[in-house]
Amino acid sequence: MNPLLPNSDKNITKKMLDYLEIDSIEELFSDVPDDLLYKKELKIPPAKSEFEIERIIASKLSKNQITNTNFLGGGMYSTYVPSLVDELVTRSEFLTSYTQYQPEASQGILQAMFEYQSMMCDLTQMDIVNSSMYDWGTSLAEAIRMAIRINKKNRIITFRNTGKDRIEILKTYSEPLGIELEILDYKNNGQIDYEHLQNRMANDVSAVYIEHPNLFGVLEEQLDDVSALIHRKDGLLIMGIDPISLGLVKPPGEYNADIVIGEGQSLGLHLNYGGPSFGIFAARGDKKIVRQMPGRIIGLTNSKVYEERGFSMIMQTREQNIRRENATSNICTNQTLCVVAAAIYMASLGEKGMRELSNSINIKAQYTNKLINEIDTFKNKFEAPFFREFTIEVTNKKHTAKYIIKHLVKKNVFIGPRLGIWFEELENCFNIAISDIHSEIDINNLVKHLERIQNEL
Amino acid sequence: MSYKQAKWKEPLLVEKSHKGRQAVSIPNIEFSRKISQIVDSNLPNNILRTSLYLPCLSQLDVVRHFTRLSQMNFSVDLGMYPLGSCTMKYSPKLANRIVNNKSLSELHPYQEPKTVQGLLELLYELSQYLEEITGTDKVNLNPSAGAHGELAGVLIIRKYHQINNNELKTEIIVPDSAHGTNPASAAMAGFKVIKVKSDKEGLVNISSLKEIVSERTAGMMLTVPNTHGLFEKNVKEIISTIHNVGGLMYYDGANLNALLGKVRPGDMGFDIVHINLHKTFSTPHGGGGPGAGPIGVKKDLIKFLPIPILSRDKNGVKFDYELPYTIGRIKSFYGNITVLIRALIYILMLGKEGIKEISEQSVLSANYLYKKIISKNYAPAFKNELPKHEFVVSLSKLLEEKEIKANDVAKKILDYGIHAPTVYFPLTVEEGLMIEPTESETIEEIDQYARVMKNIEEIARTNPEKIKQAPTNTSINRIDDVKANHPKTMQYNWNNIKKSLKND
Repeated sequence: MNPLLPNSDKNITKKMLDYLEIDSIEELFSDVPDDLLYKKELKIPPAKSEFEIERIIASKLSKNQITNTNFLGGGMYSTYVPSLVDELVTRSEFLTSYTQYQPEASQGILQAMFEYQSMMCDLTQMDIVNSSMYDWGTSLAEAIRMAIRINKKNRIITFRNTGKDRIEILKTYSEPLGIELEILDYKNNGQIDYEHLQNRMANDVSAVYIEHPNLFGVLEEQLDDVSALIHRKDGLLIMGIDPISLGLVKPPGEYNADIVIGEGQSLGLHLNYGGPSFGIFAARGDKKIVRQMPGRIIGLTNSKVYEERGFSMIMQTREQNIRRENATSNICTNQTLCVVAAAIYMASLGEKGMRELSNSINIKAQYTNKLINEIDTFKNKFEAPFFREFTIEVTNKKHTAKYIIKHLVKKNVFIGPRLGIWFEELENCFNIAISDIHSEIDINNLVKHLERIQNEL
Repeated sequence: MSYKQAKWKEPLLVEKSHKGRQAVSIPNIEFSRKISQIVDSNLPNNILRTSLYLPCLSQLDVVRHFTRLSQMNFSVDLGMYPLGSCTMKYSPKLANRIVNNKSLSELHPYQEPKTVQGLLELLYELSQYLEEITGTDKVNLNPSAGAHGELAGVLIIRKYHQINNNELKTEIIVPDSAHGTNPASAAMAGFKVIKVKSDKEGLVNISSLKEIVSERTAGMMLTVPNTHGLFEKNVKEIISTIHNVGGLMYYDGANLNALLGKVRPGDMGFDIVHINLHKTFSTPHGGGGPGAGPIGVKKDLIKFLPIPILSRDKNGVKFDYELPYTIGRIKSFYGNITVLIRALIYILMLGKEGIKEISEQSVLSANYLYKKIISKNYAPAFKNELPKHEFVVSLSKLLEEKEIKANDVAKKILDYGIHAPTVYFPLTVEEGLMIEPTESETIEEIDQYARVMKNIEEIARTNPEKIKQAPTNTSINRIDDVKANHPKTMQYNWNNIKKSLKND
């Protein structure tokens, strides 16, 4: 008997069949046309024991290469997940529960979700946060769809320095809307071109999407002016952020951003080869904006009789289960458990820890950047303020970025992404990203290997 | 039958905060202090943050807070959770241990493909099993959820007709019993949603369908068994009706648990299929996610799949981005990887025989429970029905005679330490409760559930007020949803509480 099928024991099955006054389970499928029944054997191996499966999978996974000197960026970063985050979030009371359709039995996770929303509001200085989208890219797609619903315009402006994968998702999601997507070039220093935006910004623009920091790790310096310009033309400002940067840099709410999105992975989640993590989705508390929010939102309320504090899903009339084809989004299953992890992580850091974390990452990134620029072959591609991630150009023609990345993999040092996969003009550039896990030894190791490449030349 | 859920009057983090506390230490902080003497922070003042608030707690504070919250959260590991259409089966513990493996959890999505071959081989293996189980030719593992797979699916339908220069195809047909995600996904893909009614047997009304179908029909989304828990016995006719006008058939895999290894959606004639790994393949629901909703398609539609898709050659497994008519990307990276690995583990645990037994056992359990509880108060939704893995009962009589709503009964069920069924869905059944016991529950647990339902019936007869006051054994009594949703009292962050603390 398979341990996962407790009633498949012959006697138990018989007892149930007897109660139903039938002879075989087949009779329960008598309404299925015979020619639709699959009578062959599935091409799947026979059942294995736990022990065997653990061995098989561990042996496969051991073929993967992991390293402490992982300097890959592009939106996700290797990060230390404190022991209490893993332990608390995998408690089976959280892990094996579902959407809080019965709030009275699910107060615990509802409170955790509400606390996530509240802390994300504090961090971004926005008013309302939903309890997750699938990832940053789908947050962007939903943000644009929301902007169009709010102001009924269909021109969108963004820049070439935003994440390419995210823009691809936006294109997929927005194709049926027939939006006009205008992607403006970046300046030589990697920042957005404010003057170009001034020329292109008009009253028919629904929203402008800006990443801060952007794909090159570069931070903007003129966002107050940009925000004022967009709002003067009745457009919406959508900002993409790295939540960890917000311990140090001015939050999007203070730039009057209307919608804020980002990748949640670095808030206490393992990389897991790109997922599950979650998409941050925040907005201004304007009624017109709030009622167009996608996704689940948890509210604080009380019990009817004793008026004890309690929590439940709110504004469900926006959602697919009520509003069907007129819902703000089709999202149902989301990434809830990941925002519970983020809540535990943010609560564990506190304001002091969050500031320390951002500062520490920044200082280490500045240090690493300085050391790399001291090597003749490697130079900053962009001269602008940056957070945690920066773009390096290989200035010597003898080696390509592609070669260097592959070469370093052999030395157990990971760098990238290589920007040539997205930008012709950045064929010989790659990113390097710094996170909390990088120690003096790791950084020296990276620099040493880059120096060796230089010396090979 | 005595039960009392834990009740901690647990304050919000903001109320427990004591400035200066910190629960975890930041890695490499000494090193960054040291180098801050020699490098500048290099950020201009005008882009720096001035004030920042986050609650400050000790490590034990955080641990106790979230442990207490977890105790106020019902879950499959605590008791039966027969939420219809959600397939709340047991999630094997083995998967928890395996996904902790650092050779999985520390992999970065931009690593060179040759450094992740072990993982890619596992994902490729999973996609092959899912193709075999669904009877499709190629599975894409990107979608994060069922609705995400649906969107990918209807975008494929859109692209298919665009490529065929068929601009007329503007409508998607969806049964009135369908999940809300179906019409919502179709609308997101730019389609007009046409509703087809259910007939007296709870199945798609074939004659209505034939009236609705036209040259404008781009496709139809269908859940089999449907959300009444019934097999669409006319499925072949439905499919040929749609195919005859050049439409495509989309299989919503929400209820695949009833058909695993018995009927393959591809064999029925469906062109596009999604699979909810968090339902059918046991991956834990995580309080609402993450899940995974891979989609499979027939051969002719492979070229439309979202990118990237996995392929294998002599050099190993890699991601393919070169699909001529792809709908594009739908996810930043490749999918909810640990969810996918959990599903693979489940398939290996069950094996070819076990996979088939899942559907048999889930249908057996549902029919057993059905027969145990149906009565005039828990009335079958449709005449002569033969449930599959779930069923819907109507509580109209209780409303009529005792003014007890289905929602009241659901709340009362919570008082027994078991979860309520799905309430008021599908919309086709008045005062409906949708019950799905799953194959995980023992006959004893199912018997107990039936006893609870009978017990409630008895209380309804003798003391109906008691049911309207439920729940009383959960950590909180009935929630005031009106206050929660009223614009004047709505609170979606803790700002008001933070303000009142400052004023103290």
